[in-house]
Amino acid sequence: MSHSDYIPVLKLCEHYSVKQTFFNELNEKGVLEIVTVEHTNCLHHESIPVFEKIIRISEDLHINVEGIDVILNLLNTVDELKNQLTATQNRLSLYE
Amino acid sequence: MAYIDYYEVLGIDKTATEADIKKAYRKMARKYHPDVNPGNADAEEKFKQLNEANEVLGNPENRKKYDKYGKDWQHAEAYENAERQQRSYGNPGGGRAQYSGGYDESDFSDFFGSMFGGGGFRGGGRTSQFRGQDFNATLQLNLEEVYKTEKRTITINGKNIRLTIPAGVENGQTIKIKGYGGEGVNGGPKGDLLLQFAILNDSAFKRDKANLYKTVDLDLYTAILGGELIIDTFDGKAKLKVAAGTQSGVQVKLKGKGFPVYKKEGQYGDLFITYAIKVPTHLSDKEKELFEELSKLQSS
Repeated sequence: MSHSDYIPVLKLCEHYSVKQTFFNELNEKGVLEIVTVEHTNCLHHESIPVFEKIIRISEDLHINVEGIDVILNLLNTVDELKNQLTATQNRLSLYE
Repeated sequence: MAYIDYYEVLGIDKTATEADIKKAYRKMARKYHPDVNPGNADAEEKFKQLNEANEVLGNPENRKKYDKYGKDWQHAEAYENAERQQRSYGNPGGGRAQYSGGYDESDFSDFFGSMFGGGGFRGGGRTSQFRGQDFNATLQLNLEEVYKTEKRTITINGKNIRLTIPAGVENGQTIKIKGYGGEGVNGGPKGDLLLQFAILNDSAFKRDKANLYKTVDLDLYTAILGGELIIDTFDGKAKLKVAAGTQSGVQVKLKGKGFPVYKKEGQYGDLFITYAIKVPTHLSDKEKELFEELSKLQSS
């Protein structure tokens, strides 16, 4: 994986008009993983859609980082359950 | 173009205070926000309605105009023009916090546009670029249509999308088509299209991933004495050797005669054949006599 896959946090702060402390909080609470690349805090580019979702939930719904973490975890669970349901329905069709 | 009762949309009555409106809006937005309801078109539509209602009732000037004309909104412009001649009219906009994730005036109803035009929309507070919303769509196909990799053109939201559907795609499987989602916010990149496959199976085969299952009738004599059987596979026919003394319910595997393995070109699952022995009915006298003789031989 090359360094170009990582975007410096400072650049993201500027782009999305968010404070660096917001990133720190997300990292400390395990919501987003911030990695250090050449002494610079960075976010992997594949995490950008999740980060954007976090900003929208935070700004639109006034939910704190802990609440966002709960929402993201529940959404992941819903996704997994949906996949399991589809797989089960596909298998069930064998017996119908 | 129908009148929209924004009070009803927010679930409040006409005497609601600004604080009541804000509270109702935030409560319902938490419930219907697209980020917490992925793939739910109804929630997205409801969220748009909430935004519109908030845009009207959350802004004192818009609310005043809406309350004043109510169901007579179609004549609002004429009334307004008449009033404008007497006094100057300004739209102060507002600095109130609001939900702006990917929504703009174009998402609002014709009713809103007709009553408030461009002036009523204050837009979101964000200036950053954001990726657009992901769109969800379902493509219904028959099992036969996913047996081979096919190129297909589909139309979604008025756009033609040419895509390759890999052989072996599964029912319920979702593929992501980059850049065919909603427009980005403030010039941000477009979202993606999440295309889910609904595979209808009206064939004689049951499918579990790449394996196929089928039950075939086996006549009593072949089951007892053994022999050959020609069966239909998914893409042709196959000859099976039936062992003497085959029991009903016995399963045999035809290696590589199943469904294509998703994204593994040239690889196929197996076809499992289950025998259902068919006992002859309407026996002739001679047949009955011979079966009785056989029965005596068995018991002696």
